[in-house]
Formats: sequence, structure tokens, C-alpha cells
Amino acid sequence: MTAIALKLTDVNKSFGAAHIIRGVNLEIRKGERHAIIGPNGAGKSTLFNLISGRFGLSSGTIELHGKPINGLPAYEINRLGLSRSFQVTNLFHRMTVIENLRCALLWSMGYRYSFWHLVPRQKRLNEEAERLLEKIRLTARRDVPASLLSYAEQRALEIGATIAGGADVILLDEPTAGMSATETEQAVELIREVTEDKTLVMVEHDMSVVFGLADRVSVLVYGQILATDTPEGIRNNRAVQEAYLGTTEAA
Amino acid sequence: MKQQFVNNAASSVPRVRFGSWGGYLPWIIAIIVVAVLPLILKSSHSVSMLSQMGIAIVFALSYNMLLGQGGMLSFGHAVYFGLGGFFAIHALNMVGDGRLSIPLELIPLVGALGGLLFAIPFGWVSTKRSGTSFAMISLGLGELVAASSLMFTGFFGGEGGISGNRVTDITLLPYSYGPAIEVYYLIAAWAVISAALMYLLTQTPLGRMANAVRDNPERAEFVGYNPRLVRFFQFSLAGLFAGVAGGLYAISYELLTAENLGAVASGTVLLATFIGGVGYFFGPILGAMLITYLQTTLSTFSEAWILYFGLIFVFIVMFAPQGLAGIIMLHRPAWKAGLMSRLLPSYALAVIPVLLFLGGVVALIEMGYHFRTNYDPSEPMGLFGMKVVVTQVMPWIVAVAVTLVGAVLCRLSFRRINAAWADVDAILAGEKR
Repeated sequence: MTAIALKLTDVNKSFGAAHIIRGVNLEIRKGERHAIIGPNGAGKSTLFNLISGRFGLSSGTIELHGKPINGLPAYEINRLGLSRSFQVTNLFHRMTVIENLRCALLWSMGYRYSFWHLVPRQKRLNEEAERLLEKIRLTARRDVPASLLSYAEQRALEIGATIAGGADVILLDEPTAGMSATETEQAVELIREVTEDKTLVMVEHDMSVVFGLADRVSVLVYGQILATDTPEGIRNNRAVQEAYLGTTEAA
Repeated sequence: MKQQFVNNAASSVPRVRFGSWGGYLPWIIAIIVVAVLPLILKSSHSVSMLSQMGIAIVFALSYNMLLGQGGMLSFGHAVYFGLGGFFAIHALNMVGDGRLSIPLELIPLVGALGGLLFAIPFGWVSTKRSGTSFAMISLGLGELVAASSLMFTGFFGGEGGISGNRVTDITLLPYSYGPAIEVYYLIAAWAVISAALMYLLTQTPLGRMANAVRDNPERAEFVGYNPRLVRFFQFSLAGLFAGVAGGLYAISYELLTAENLGAVASGTVLLATFIGGVGYFFGPILGAMLITYLQTTLSTFSEAWILYFGLIFVFIVMFAPQGLAGIIMLHRPAWKAGLMSRLLPSYALAVIPVLLFLGGVVALIEMGYHFRTNYDPSEPMGLFGMKVVVTQVMPWIVAVAVTLVGAVLCRLSFRRINAAWADVDAILAGEKR
């Protein structure tokens, strides 16, 4: 039996009267690439926000490597090894690419709130940041403020900042949304590369990305998991076809 | 080609850095300037103004640790300046009584401690929130301390404040610090050390994360940082340096009153910092120098100086939100590419129109002030070396005409400047030679 990286049990979330997440049970295996798909408004992003500690749960538990993490602030969940990206790019926009990466590395490299280390003198930190910069292929844009990057570049930096801290569970929220076909291809390649040996959970709309990248797929409809299976299994699942894929298959 | 343009635009985007002319050069120049200035500006008025600038620089730099680096708009930063000052002046008096033995050179450290001591609890309360809530809490705490200062008269001295005597005879160096020039060098040394330390702080993990939290507190959480703690540490250290400035003030003026920690003092440091430019480390230095100059010099020429002060602030907010430092750094790409020769002629052409316009506006304001505030408005007033009677119509017609002509000429000359800039931008973007 494979180890479970992330386990959601009876997770519920209501915003006032709106019951958005309605009893989600989900197990993400260690080392797998898991995609969450579903129609607009199904609650995919909300589910991510619950797991990463951006929102609190209404009820249920979330466990990371067997430890309950619901109720913890986002920064503590991050320190336990779970990192996420955002659907709408969420960077330190006035800071340069390299500064963004450095900041994403600081905590995991043990600097905490230090005001006695000088960042330019931290050899290991700077080497690591440069390595990351190369990995996300933004070397040429090293000293450009994040706000002036192209959209695809911002998405790449978003992924870089997400993986920087060395978290072993990575949540990517629509990493290829709004990209052209070539850009998507490059992004998928990048994601495949940087999540090697890690657990990846991604929300994605682009079915070619989902079926190309994911080991398993969960379908979320109206706040409930309809099915979890291999991409092949999901493609052939009648209930899924009716609820969701039917429309795309017909097109 | 577009790519290249973006690169160029990027270099003009604010970063908290001390320019890029290598690490130490600006500091060496600054130290030389600081050492040589009082040899050139010898009058007692100038030396006292330079001392005041040193204090204002430390205070404004500490304020920018909040506003520019941490994104915290505080309306109560003078609290830490004032409390630091009160601690320092009490320490000074205790040294004078023989109850304490601290060399005068180290009295600013007492100020630092006082600032830090209060920045810790107040910072803990106010950094829980950011943005507007933070600003409101800082305003409330400022009022609270100002109100307490009238209640605890033993510590704050009530209306009269607390006075002291800096000549304590306990010093590290063989100076008495009685003469203003010796005090100037003490302030200058502390200002340089404090500025250097505050600059180094921007290079630490805390300093970088303060920028990160300013830009995006949520993302900071998702890289493992508690934004509140980042703000809290930054706030506490800003309070410490404000306390240093307060301690220097105590030494320089030998008098602290409730005004030193009040809303006006908090507002002044905000204006000075903003006018100088919050996006660059050296911005507040320029702002503090300019504001101190205006305060000490303009106030002797004109009763309306606070009005000019306000006009400068409004102008900066509207037309140059990056402040004086931003205006300077805007020219960096052109300077580096050797293109200043394309800009300077158009600037030179604009000098006379701008002077005409400003002269007209100043004349109108001064005449208006004289008319409204003088007991006998028909008494002639001095204006640009002329005698003017403001109850007559002619001076007003002339002033309005000068203002209007100046405004029209300004418009025309600014067109030249815009054209010159368009030219320079095109060359920088590689679209033109």
C-alpha cells in the first residue's frame, strides 16, 4: 500500500448559506500527479484554498502526511511542506524575478526573521536562487520586476516561487490558464520537470494537460467528488461523461 | 524590440537601493560632504540647520522603513522619536545629577532604547492589521500618547516640557559638546552610522521580506512567513532608529516638549519622506534636507511658508509620486547612455517660464497674505526687492499677467521637454539612433 500524502475527510465549506464544498473525501498518494477537474463553480479553487490554509474549514479534517493541518495558518502549513500557486498570478510584483525567488527560499533555508545576515553575502542562498532561475528559464529576465514580465513568464515565476521552498506537496491552481498552445506545452514540460519525486495536485481546465500529466484524476461537481480514477478510467466513466465531459466529447 | 523596451522601463522602476554606482562610493562621498559642509557654511545659522538636517535624515529614514520598505503608512511615528527624546533628556539630567554615568556620545542609545521600548507593545498592536486599519491604529496611538503627555507631567514636563544640559563633563572624546560645531559632528557621526545600519537592514532577510509583505502579504504567507511578525520586527526597528533621532534632538536642543511626539511632527516626517521619495533608500535623505531647509529658511522670508510646503507636497503627489529621488533616477538610463545632452537644452529653455510662473504665484500668495493679515493693508510691502501697495489694482494686474504668461510659456516649454524625452526613449528602445 502506498503512503498517503494528503487526506481529506468529510470536508465541508459554507460561505453564509452557500454550501460550496459538500463532504469531500479524497486521498492523494505520495509521489503521484493528481488532477482535479470539474465544471466552473464546482469548488476546485475553494478546495485548494481550504487545503493550503487560505480559508478555514466549516467541518471535516485535512491531514498532511498523517498530521491534521486544518485550522493552521497558511505559513505553518507551508512550513510543513505544502506549497501552492495561484490561479491569478500572485507575486511580489515590485520586486525583481531573482528577488522573488530569494524570498521564496528564505524560510526554508532557515533564515527566519534574521536582521543580522546580509542577503547578497549568502552564497548558498544565491546559488540556489540562480539555479531555480535557470530551471524556470527566466535567466534573461533576472533583474526585471515581476510586474513587467509577460503573462507566461509570470506563470513560470509563480511555479518557481511555489517549488522554491522544497515543499514535497505542490498544489498548482490552473497553471496553464490563458496560455497559447506552445506556452502550454512549455509549461507542462516545466511542471513535469520540477515536480519530479514530489506529490502534485493540480486544478486544470485543459484536458490535454490533464490527460498528459496526471496519474490519477478526480472529478469535482457541485462540491462533491464524483469519481477518482486513472485518466483512462475517467474518460470511460459514464457518470463523469454525463456530468461533465459529455459536453467536451460532443464538441 | 518590445522586449528591450520593457527592459529599459524596468530599470526605472523603484527598488530600495542606494543607486548602482558600486557599493561604497556613495557612502564615502556622503561622509566627505558631511565632514566638509560646516567648513563652507560657517554661520551659526547654517551649522544649526545642518544639525537639524542630520536629525531629520535619521528620522525620515526610520519612517521609510515603515512606509517605503514595509508598506505601512503611519500617522504616529513621532511617538517613538519623542519618547526616545524624553528618555534621552531624562538620562542627560540624571548624568548631570551624578545619578547615572553615560558618556554624552552614547546618549542617543538611550533614545534608541526608549523608542524600541514603546515600539514593541504599540507595534504588536498595530501590525496585526495592514493598510487603512494600520494607519488608523497608528493615528489613535499617536493621539493616545500625545494625550498622556499632558497627564504624566512628571515625565513629560507638561506645557513647558523637559529641559536639560548637554554639557555633562562625561564624554568619551576630549570635547565638551558645548559649541554647536561639536554637536554637529556628533549628530553627523550618528546620522552616518544610523543611515548605514538602516541601509544594511534592507539587505537582510527581514528587510527583503518587509518588501515582500509590502507587495503581497498573502504570498508571503505561502512562502512560510507570518506577515504580521515581519511587520512587527520592521516596526520595532523603525521605532529604535526614530528613538536615535529623538536622542540626537535632545542633545541638540536640550528641550523636549509634547509637540515633539504630536501629530504635527508625525505629519512632517511623512511629508518629508514622501517628497524625497519612498521608493529609494536615499529619497528620505533628500526630503529631510529639503524640508529642514524650508522650515529654517523659508520661514524667515514668508509667513505663508506652510502653504508653500503644502503646495510642494501636492505637486509631488500629483506629478512625481516617486518623489525627488524618483525624478533623479528617471534620468539614470539617459545618463548612462550619454543622452543627457538631448534633454538639458529643453530643460534650460524651461527655466525662465517656470521662474515667471512661480514668481507670479508667489507674488499673488504673498500679496493676498499681506492683504488679509496685515493690520493696515495699504502699508507698502517688500516683494522681490520692490515696494508694493496691495490696496492698489496695478500690482494685482501685473501679478496675474506674469502668472498667466508664465503658465503659457511653461506649457510651450514642457512640450519641448516631452519631445526631448520621446526622442531619448526611442533611442533607448533602439527604435532610433
